[in-house]
Amino acid sequence: MSGREVLLRAEGVGKRFGGFVALQDVDLELRAGERLGLIGPNGSGKSTFVNCLSGDFAAHDGRVVLAGQALDGLKPHRRARLGLARTFQLPQPFASLSVLENVRVPLLFGDSPAEATSRAMECLEEVELAGKAARLPRELTQVEQRRLELARAIAPRPRLLIADEAMAGLSHAEVDQILALLRRLNAAGTAVIMIEHIMRAVTEFSERLMVFVAGRKVAEGAPRVVLALPEVEEAYLGRQ
Amino acid sequence: MSATALPAPAAPARPRHLSYWLGAALLAAALLVALRLIGNEYGWYAGYFVLQYVVLAAAWNILGGYAGYVNFGAAGFMATGTYTAVVLYEALGLGVIPGILGAAVTAGLLGLGTGYLTLRLRGVYFSIATLCLAVVLQTLVVNWDYVGGSRGAYVIRPMTMPGFVSYGEYIFAVMLALAVIAVGIGRTVELSRLGRGLQAIRDNERAAEAVGVPTLRLKLIATTLSGALMGVAGAPLPFYAGYVNPDGAFNLAYAVNTIAMPLIGGAGTWLGPVIGAVLLATLQQAATVTISSALNLWIVGWMLVLFVALAPRGILGWFRKR
Repeated sequence: MSGREVLLRAEGVGKRFGGFVALQDVDLELRAGERLGLIGPNGSGKSTFVNCLSGDFAAHDGRVVLAGQALDGLKPHRRARLGLARTFQLPQPFASLSVLENVRVPLLFGDSPAEATSRAMECLEEVELAGKAARLPRELTQVEQRRLELARAIAPRPRLLIADEAMAGLSHAEVDQILALLRRLNAAGTAVIMIEHIMRAVTEFSERLMVFVAGRKVAEGAPRVVLALPEVEEAYLGRQ
Repeated sequence: MSATALPAPAAPARPRHLSYWLGAALLAAALLVALRLIGNEYGWYAGYFVLQYVVLAAAWNILGGYAGYVNFGAAGFMATGTYTAVVLYEALGLGVIPGILGAAVTAGLLGLGTGYLTLRLRGVYFSIATLCLAVVLQTLVVNWDYVGGSRGAYVIRPMTMPGFVSYGEYIFAVMLALAVIAVGIGRTVELSRLGRGLQAIRDNERAAEAVGVPTLRLKLIATTLSGALMGVAGAPLPFYAGYVNPDGAFNLAYAVNTIAMPLIGGAGTWLGPVIGAVLLATLQQAATVTISSALNLWIVGWMLVLFVALAPRGILGWFRKR
């Protein structure tokens, strides 16, 4: 891993909501094609951190650089164009557009209409939704909506995909489907940051884990090592 | 992973713009000929009334229907066009066509400025801001002597126009051309990536931004286009009526009808506003000549209640399978 170039560098990222400090002094260095898992109790700052990376929130402190380009002050759509894609905790499809159009939309602002259609179909095949291209999102099952969300995110060929609880509410078998999909995307060269509460999924998938507690990064390293740390155990199970 | 045979991709059909423009031109020509054969001046008057609402509804639909930003200030944009034409007439003696061009520029700029100031607001807050804009503009015009203030302004329209049987027919033909152009622009927007982006914004603005849709830029284009077309709808009014005053130009009926017509016809489709405008404006004209114009807003109210209860996606939505 260490031989790969640095794709994303976040330094001292902080975010406050009024007087509440949601995130404080978080650093991250992610290499191209790396698989990183973010874990921590609810409200620990994981989503706030990725929202600062994606531009949904403006960080109060720190800076974020993607492939040498400073992201500070850039709107989410500009960050998406630079190769940063994300999914949301709850699927957020474009409800009135067909499955195909959902995936075409991000492509229309860079590719020709014909190229957009072709690439969108390719992505739908990748997530096994090509047969439902003409359906509306509400006609899809929950796991299919998750796959649609992933197809839409990967359509512009991002360098980094942030999967924010992409497996929440899914069955064991469905979790395996999404994991397999994320592994394929990663194998194709896309770095993945996974936020997940399903520990089996995040530990199986990640090369490295980063643990958040109360808005701070408390641990970082290989999954086996990190999960054995007393402070991580305490964060999840409480003090003995 | 999916190596199975796939059904034919549901690729979007290529838009047939030429068919629209040819079809619309033929329909417009047929309407003009039919009304000329009838030979009644009221036909031009009533036709103008209906067509101005076709333009207004098509214009509103670009921002309200596709992007989901409900503009309550249609009367303000329309009156901007009306008073631009009045100013050009007063200052330079210009007629209806330069007035329309000037109205497109001023109302378009007003739309752009309004967009910059208000598009960070969403939902009802955006709507209230646009309503306030109309009130502010009306106050300005009421206190602006050059355009007649609250007394209003007179425009002496020509008695005849070469090639037309009357000036009434000419002004009707102008509004007919504007309606064809406005609906054509709305249709082009719908079938373009601008329309797809606006639809994505309407469905989920945060997700649209996250996947790379330049949401602010698209909304500004929509407010500019929509504002310009609403201004265009108002520009011929002084030449049609011969007189305008702030109460008439900023009338509440314009704002209410402009929202109600696309909703009743089917907002977010290019044809819906046309159907809604023709249906509602014709009903209002019929009520005006048979009972009283006081019934107009009453009709709109009842129609809205009926459609919200029975066909919330409008007439087109009612006929569509999903």
